[in-house]
Amino acid sequence: MNPELKGYMLLSVIKMLVVFTVVLVGVALLTLLERKVSAWMQNRRGPNRVGWGGLLQPAADGLKNILKEETFPAEANRLLFLLAPAMSFIPALMLSAVIPFAAPLRLDFDFTAGPLGRFVHHGLMPMVVADVPVGFLFVLAISSMGVYGIALAGWASNSKYSLLGGLRATAQMISYEVAMGMSLIPVLLLSGNVSFSSIILEQSRTLWFVLPLFLSFFIFLVSGFAETNRLPFDLPEAESELIAGYHSEYSAMKFSMFFIAEYANVVTVSAMVATLFFGGWDVPFTRADESGVWYWVILSHLMFFAKTFFWIFFIMWIRWTLPRFRYDQLMALGWKFLLPVALAYIMVISGAIYALEHLAGVTSPLTRAMALTVVSLVLGILVFRVLDRGVIVSGSQPRRQRLEPDLLRNPLGGRTDGVRVAS
Amino acid sequence: MSLRTVEMALATPGADREGRPIRVPLGVAEPAGGHYDEDFGAEHMLVNIGPQHPATHGVLRLVVELEGETVKRVIPHVGYLHTGFEKLGEYRFYNQIIPLTDRTDYLAPMANNVGLALAVEKLMGIEVTERCRVLRVIACELSRIISHLVWLGTTGIDLGAFTPFLWSFQERERVYNLQEAWTGARLTPSVTRVGGMMADIPEGWEAGLREFIQTFPKTLREVDTMFTRNSIWIGRTQGVGVLTREEAINYSLSGPMLRASGVDYDVRKDRPYLGYDEYDFDVPVGEHGDIYDRYRIRLEEMTQSTRILEQALAKLRPGPINVDDPRVILPPKHRAMSDMEAMIYHFKQVMEGVKPPAGEAYFGIENPKGELGYYFVSDGTAKPVRWRIRPPAFINLSSLPKMCEGALLSDVIAINASVDIVMGEVDR
Repeated sequence: MNPELKGYMLLSVIKMLVVFTVVLVGVALLTLLERKVSAWMQNRRGPNRVGWGGLLQPAADGLKNILKEETFPAEANRLLFLLAPAMSFIPALMLSAVIPFAAPLRLDFDFTAGPLGRFVHHGLMPMVVADVPVGFLFVLAISSMGVYGIALAGWASNSKYSLLGGLRATAQMISYEVAMGMSLIPVLLLSGNVSFSSIILEQSRTLWFVLPLFLSFFIFLVSGFAETNRLPFDLPEAESELIAGYHSEYSAMKFSMFFIAEYANVVTVSAMVATLFFGGWDVPFTRADESGVWYWVILSHLMFFAKTFFWIFFIMWIRWTLPRFRYDQLMALGWKFLLPVALAYIMVISGAIYALEHLAGVTSPLTRAMALTVVSLVLGILVFRVLDRGVIVSGSQPRRQRLEPDLLRNPLGGRTDGVRVAS
Repeated sequence: MSLRTVEMALATPGADREGRPIRVPLGVAEPAGGHYDEDFGAEHMLVNIGPQHPATHGVLRLVVELEGETVKRVIPHVGYLHTGFEKLGEYRFYNQIIPLTDRTDYLAPMANNVGLALAVEKLMGIEVTERCRVLRVIACELSRIISHLVWLGTTGIDLGAFTPFLWSFQERERVYNLQEAWTGARLTPSVTRVGGMMADIPEGWEAGLREFIQTFPKTLREVDTMFTRNSIWIGRTQGVGVLTREEAINYSLSGPMLRASGVDYDVRKDRPYLGYDEYDFDVPVGEHGDIYDRYRIRLEEMTQSTRILEQALAKLRPGPINVDDPRVILPPKHRAMSDMEAMIYHFKQVMEGVKPPAGEAYFGIENPKGELGYYFVSDGTAKPVRWRIRPPAFINLSSLPKMCEGALLSDVIAINASVDIVMGEVDR
């Protein structure tokens, strides 16, 4: 083993430990954040008894869940029942390995550590556990593995509620996987690469992709909600219909693992949105953050954290605001709206790029991004006019007309066609 | 139809001594020539919702026959909270029945108290004082507000929106505080007596109510912002659980359920009691008969209730709250201790109770959930021969299987929420 490889492995191990720890602790704190955010929206205080401001509440919850009794439903498939939480937990945590969390750091060292030998590293160190060249394809592949855990949990619980929840989750995640994948193709078209590092670099060179690829961003965000099974797409859980859906029968730490997986997915989706459409660690209006100097790296990490945190908050915000979709509406939204729009958008974007490069002769990426921004703006206005008109999400039967306030009238005010009931 | 009833495995672990899972009867007859297979893969599946389920508003139990997620049939099972109130009432003095009415529709207890007092007063031919009438109107309309607030919040939860639930419960809490200040109780106020009220409102209470009336519409507007034009909310509620005008009348529905289907019927307008004809208020009437119209109507009714409360406060004049009739009203304590005649009346009242003349009377009031009627048969003694409640929630609930035909499983929950049931009243 040469010293360079050893240096690389040393750094990788350190990054792994740090990222894994931060994600797990962060996920635990997210449960607290969620409760605080919901309390804030509902004029409550939220947890404030354990630790300062309730800061130790996640630890207390974790301890409680570890100490609780493990129960198994009668006639359940024990092996799959045990396996399911792990199968949804592991992919959720794996995803955090590929998302760059800061600008590359210039790091040079060359030292010998006793019997371990010599460790060497020169140049920029990417601040990501695994800077895989397949980039967001890896995320799509792994995140769709999470559906196995949920489907198996629903199946193995031997409960009709769980089964329905598992079925819903499977159909939902597979459907939205398609729209999500399609929404990312314009990103690929614009950056020319699927790896996160090059996508971020492209965004720091031009504009954040949220502007030129606004519809992609919107579709990705909606699909991301569906992928994480959060409101308004929490049909697999739907506590008022299916009690808790696929995890109705789970208790103790097995339940916790589903819970952690959900929050880990929230982190991943937020980080993906921040990375793909908001420049990741990119500090706006400067390119000095790519220099690899340590303080720029820290600043870029803070940028990444702030962007991710905003989207985490956004997901919670939506959860405590909106009602839930119905199953057929969810499917209709995915297949009849998001997917066609995503496909059309691919055509528009590729057409626009072709036209800009070959017909208008635009060579500067910045000019191209600005032109695409105008295109996306127009398309966005069009699409949201449609969305807002109740065409996409409508009642199960069309109504004759909307109920207007003036139709709410005084019955003694001369209504003649009403059925009078003898008094 | 074979007589063998269908059984299904319990969702929670439970096994007999031989290790076989314990099965519960579902209470559904199997169709002729077929059977329900609880193993998945059969065409139809029976799902048991309730009696312990977050969305059944108490202990309602629904057995739902599903094809995929489409509902083929819904069989409601009621009776898990049966208390026998009507039978209990036959063993009580009339004034002692009032606490029972608290516990039927426990989300609008004061309106029930008023209805019962009015029924007995009709039986006895008593006309209550002006102040008492206004106080009863206030009690009724406060009840309407808190009942609709609970409906609003729980329906939001059933459709997945949790936050408005707590907003509406905060407002409800303020009404409960008012209720507590007036009657000493929050859930079971027993605020009326035959011929009057249990107590007059305490000093400063009017100011508290006035403040509530002024600030409450703000919360209503917030909920309105959250729901009324929310595309998901519209998608979940419009065109779901539709009942036409004819169906609504045939099912004998009342209250917001009936009015949402486009029938102008409100007891307050059509058979005014407590001087409701002197108040200026509108009755919202829907036209589509779906969940959305029911929602709009209940929201509007709360606004109208605040209007009525405002006018009632303006009408409130000092005066006696009880009729001057020793047959029904206890003399004041200081007179009972010093005056021989008053002491005799006190004794007879407490030992023998109110004695209406022989006969029968029905009195219906507009409860938040619909027309709440109390029917009494008296033989001239202090206890009714028969007491019967016309429970609006129970009668409205009877339309549930009809509304759920062809709906999805999620719709069943939403439709059930839109009925606004309270199991204490359904099961009585």
